[in-house]
Amino acid sequence: MSTAVTTPQEASANLLIAGQLPTYTPWATLLVSLGVAAGLLDMAGYFSITAAVLSGIALFLVGMFALSSAVEGIRKAKDRLARQMVSLFFLIALIPLISLILGVAVRGLERFDGNFFSYSMRNIVGDGGGAVHAIYGTLIITGIATLVSVPIGMLSAIFLVEYGRNGRLARSITFIVDVMTGIPSIVAGLFAYTVFSIVFGPGTKTGLAGAAALSVLMIPTVVRSTEEMLRLVSNDLRESAYALGVPKWRTILKVVLPTSIAGIVTGMILAVARVIGETAPLLVTAGLTSSLNTNPINNPMTTLPVFVYYSYVTPGIPQEPYYARAWAGALTLILIVMGLNLIGRLVAWKFAPKSR
Amino acid sequence: MSTTTQPSTGTAGGGSGDDHHEIVHSSKRFGERLFTQLTKGSGIGILVILAAVATFLVGLSIPALTADVKDLPYGNFWSYVAPFAFGTVWVAALAMLMAVPVSLGIALFISHYAPKRMAQTLGYIIDLLAAVPSVVFGLWGINTLAPAVRPLFLWLNDNLGWIPLFSGTVSGTGRTVLTAAIVLAVMVLPIITAITREVFLQTPRLHEEASLALGATKWEMIRQAVLPFGMPGIISASMLGLGRALGETMAVAMVLSPDDVIRVQVLTSQNTNTIASNIALAFPEAYGLGVNQLIGTGLVLFIITLAVNMTARWVIARRSEFSGAN
Repeated sequence: MSTAVTTPQEASANLLIAGQLPTYTPWATLLVSLGVAAGLLDMAGYFSITAAVLSGIALFLVGMFALSSAVEGIRKAKDRLARQMVSLFFLIALIPLISLILGVAVRGLERFDGNFFSYSMRNIVGDGGGAVHAIYGTLIITGIATLVSVPIGMLSAIFLVEYGRNGRLARSITFIVDVMTGIPSIVAGLFAYTVFSIVFGPGTKTGLAGAAALSVLMIPTVVRSTEEMLRLVSNDLRESAYALGVPKWRTILKVVLPTSIAGIVTGMILAVARVIGETAPLLVTAGLTSSLNTNPINNPMTTLPVFVYYSYVTPGIPQEPYYARAWAGALTLILIVMGLNLIGRLVAWKFAPKSR
Repeated sequence: MSTTTQPSTGTAGGGSGDDHHEIVHSSKRFGERLFTQLTKGSGIGILVILAAVATFLVGLSIPALTADVKDLPYGNFWSYVAPFAFGTVWVAALAMLMAVPVSLGIALFISHYAPKRMAQTLGYIIDLLAAVPSVVFGLWGINTLAPAVRPLFLWLNDNLGWIPLFSGTVSGTGRTVLTAAIVLAVMVLPIITAITREVFLQTPRLHEEASLALGATKWEMIRQAVLPFGMPGIISASMLGLGRALGETMAVAMVLSPDDVIRVQVLTSQNTNTIASNIALAFPEAYGLGVNQLIGTGLVLFIITLAVNMTARWVIARRSEFSGAN
């Protein structure tokens, strides 16, 4: 009797896990493959941590696939392989991110000091000096670009969403904005350079030209993000305002924009973050100078990315202080861009419209 | 228009005709008209800006095409631009070859494999890569990546040297086409991941569950439901990434040790430069017609990226006609 009851139970318990590998198998296989790879490489005399890890992972993928297809069948084995590959890809993407941030932080902190933020490169040879002129230049040029792009971009987005209504003009603007999104940054720089050298004489390099180049890059981003945010505003709100007799333009200014302002501001901040790290267009338009220049209409103006580029590519002798300044500039730049991104997300999160 | 009668009546402005409407609202109409014109004006402003970009680029490229070859500092325009055009496409293609599969993997990991609670954080982490300026990528490429991949290059050359791609003498600095392509791949990766991730998340729940209910494994479900649904998104994301890779300047300019020969070998120290990188390197010293020639190469780059973007848009438009099931 008792055997008759227990046997099916045991059998069913076995059935549940029959044809499956235990949960610890992947980890065990990983350890074994890493060990085997390291051992084999050591015997062959090629040992290095990277090589061991790489070949160990390859061995693990192959071994796990063979094991799983033998025990669980080919479909399950493929499923496991896909899961492992996908996780591996994610880890691969983390490698450059971590190595980049660590590398910049370690080398950048060397000169990330008071001097760096209070001196320009005027009359500096070798040690000392700083990037205050470049930081000013970046802020001024990006500021002007923002002042130009934000109104144009926002008003155009309002036109597209509220007035255009798929007319021919609206469609061609959408098309042009698409085209402009794809303009390579160096081409935008060339454009600004040619305009300014025709108007102010050949070879003109000023902060204003840099700002013009950045505006060309920034406007499409602003239009895109604002447009998306305006389209999210529910039509009920607009119609309620119309029903109360509010004219369309006041509806837009007092109802539609306040509702979507958080998203719009986030879009602006992200657009600024995108152009503030641009190097190539500023290289050809704003040029390079070693002293502080706060006048965007006259004379070249150094920006932080250009400063980093030239400090690294054309160092003086001795090279070390130039490299150190380049890394400190890179760290400053990353901090600014990541800070802007963070602020953008915070704004989006904090001032998001209270929807019920 | 001119005669303003009792402004208080009929603010609702119903179907009583345009004339009546105009009279009642003449003061409000002014604001309305101003605002409409303002928005319309900035829209037209954008058209003007792009027209100006095109006009100036074309206008200043013409001298480089029409001038006598003897006067051109860089020689015949077409033979000058050809290697760089090849290099641009070549480096970008290599970068896409690496970036697309990895980005799709990451997007799938975030959307379907990672624990739901962690998914958003993991997405932010990948987005951080997009926040790194290209000049910093350049620094990283020269200092960290190039020395790190050199052993790999030597290994590839030793063991796979019979493939033309990996043949030749391995560069001593590691600053080769392949290194530049890896840097570009890392740069476009967050762009492709961000878009495809969103698309994968929008796969209809019913499609996924129908597939699972028929006994599909997770991977089979992804191949049957998620990937077909996301295909237009994958294509457009890849094209956007390709556009970025084609136009990327500083990272290539810093990482690549450039040359002006057409070569498919990716590990040697003779590397085909890209258009954008060549402009950045040559422009500060350019003079006279050389400037026009460089602007002409910029125009070629503009046309290449434009063609890529248009193709992407065409593909998406064509695909969307068939995806009526969604």
